[in-house]
Amino acid sequence: MRYAIQAEGLAKHYGATKALDGVGLVVPQGRLLGVLGPNGAGKTTAVRVLATLIRPDAGRAEVGGFDVVRDAHQVRSLIGLTGQYASVDESLTGTENLVMIGRLLDLPRRAAKARAAELLTRFELTEAADRAAKTYSGGMRRRLDLAASLVGRPQVLFLDEPTTGLDPRSRTELWGVVRSLIADGVTVLLTTQYLEEADQLADDIVVFDHGRVIASGTPDELKATTGTQVLELKPVDGERLGQAESVVATVVGVRPDVAEGRVSVRVKDPAVVPAIVRALDDLGVVAAELTLRKSSLDEVFLALTGDNPAQPARHVKEAVSA
Amino acid sequence: MTTLTETLPKPAARRVGPRATLNHSLTLTWRNLVQIKHDPWELLGLSVQPIMLLLLFVYVFGGAIAGNTTDYLQFALPGIIAQNVLYSTVGTAIALNTDIAKGVFDRLRSLPIARTAPLTGRIVADSVKQLWALGLFLGIGALLGFRVQNGVGGVLGTVALLMVFTLSMSWLAVLVGLTAKNPERVQLLTFSLIMPLTFTSNAFVPSETMPGWLRTWAEVNPVSQLADAVRGMLIGGEVAAPTTNSLLWAVGVIVVFAPLAVRAFRRGR
Repeated sequence: MRYAIQAEGLAKHYGATKALDGVGLVVPQGRLLGVLGPNGAGKTTAVRVLATLIRPDAGRAEVGGFDVVRDAHQVRSLIGLTGQYASVDESLTGTENLVMIGRLLDLPRRAAKARAAELLTRFELTEAADRAAKTYSGGMRRRLDLAASLVGRPQVLFLDEPTTGLDPRSRTELWGVVRSLIADGVTVLLTTQYLEEADQLADDIVVFDHGRVIASGTPDELKATTGTQVLELKPVDGERLGQAESVVATVVGVRPDVAEGRVSVRVKDPAVVPAIVRALDDLGVVAAELTLRKSSLDEVFLALTGDNPAQPARHVKEAVSA
Repeated sequence: MTTLTETLPKPAARRVGPRATLNHSLTLTWRNLVQIKHDPWELLGLSVQPIMLLLLFVYVFGGAIAGNTTDYLQFALPGIIAQNVLYSTVGTAIALNTDIAKGVFDRLRSLPIARTAPLTGRIVADSVKQLWALGLFLGIGALLGFRVQNGVGGVLGTVALLMVFTLSMSWLAVLVGLTAKNPERVQLLTFSLIMPLTFTSNAFVPSETMPGWLRTWAEVNPVSQLADAVRGMLIGGEVAAPTTNSLLWAVGVIVVFAPLAVRAFRRGR
């Protein structure tokens, strides 16, 4: 298999901080690799190394078969980059931004204009084409930014947290665009903090933490790594929540969590489900909801990185011990 | 069906040729100038400050310094033109720093373009703005009674010298723009450098009344040298010595700061 992106042993430190501490990853041609990780995990640094913006202190990386340090210029002619911050010139119009990129990529003036118009149409920015980008909404600006990275028809696209700060609708729209790029055969490396985003888009996922890759695999493989599923039970009658809790505790043998009228517990053996149903039936407790689902990527993520300040510590400990 | 990214044959060239380098620089020059079209305030800002400075100095200080405003205008206008070169580099530094902060610089650096194009595009654009300011000074000056004695030759000489000087000072601006943490610091750093530099020159007042030590400095000060050269070219007086000294300063600044700026640029962030 040919790899569009290949990196091994990448290291980069800033003073005492190891932004990258021996990162290796591969992305086969035409696939989307999701790079997941909390803030400061090294995702952006990895993208900057691969996009030739900074040199690694150690290790090597190739994009499209070219070394990112030695053949940086060739790498640049293959890639597109959309950064965490919308890197369009806010005082230029949408058209001017794209024409500028086209001209910089040595397109003749007319071709640059045509390409700009084509992309503005594709990204539904035609009406705003002659307005300064600073008047754009966040979603429009991000679309323009993505359009700018596509002017040169890149074979490899780096999307560094492309949907951070976008409203759900703009996010879904952007996902659609990314899917169409994949359909066109573009290789994509996408960093994100949103597990749902990785789950939706990625063929493969690597999880970064403290500058290292701590897990990799397909979304399903990662979900399977915790080896557990989550059972959730909600009785129709809220008063009988206590009974439901004790049934689950007895059958599974672990004290479940109770929150918002719902009992939830991690289970390893799906056979507990019929046992719970029977016990509830005996007591006359009617379940409004009884589900057994795979761990979500969120739970996997927590179990792997073990630190997410947004989550209560209880969950973290539980995830780690699971 | 048209696809977004049908694969085109990619040039495998390892370097950018001189013609492409020129085109990239001109494209980025265009980018830096076309902004004025959308933001007329920038042009206003570019114009108001020099005009205000000129009027204030001539009408507030002129009488006190030279006895009357007409004589003072003859003396001060070349000085104000000279010190404005330094102030215009603040804009260069801030614009560059803003590009970095906003990510525009990263986008440019991720493109297969001449490495120096983002810098030269900025510098050339700011030289054009410098020309605009010069035209403004001479125009307003003429309205107030300033008379160019040496004709077109003097004006062209002034333009040429100012361009060389701007070019050299831009390297200092580039270094500050690349290394400062944020645009506010750029502003602080450049102003605290430029204010004393321009005021300890003979741009606004003759250096004769300054205390000895300051006078010694004021006479070698690059702003004084440039002001004297511009005086010589526009209204007559010695030209060769101050012009040579101005050029020496320009070369000195380039020799020291261009390598530092290029190094800061290469190192990335």
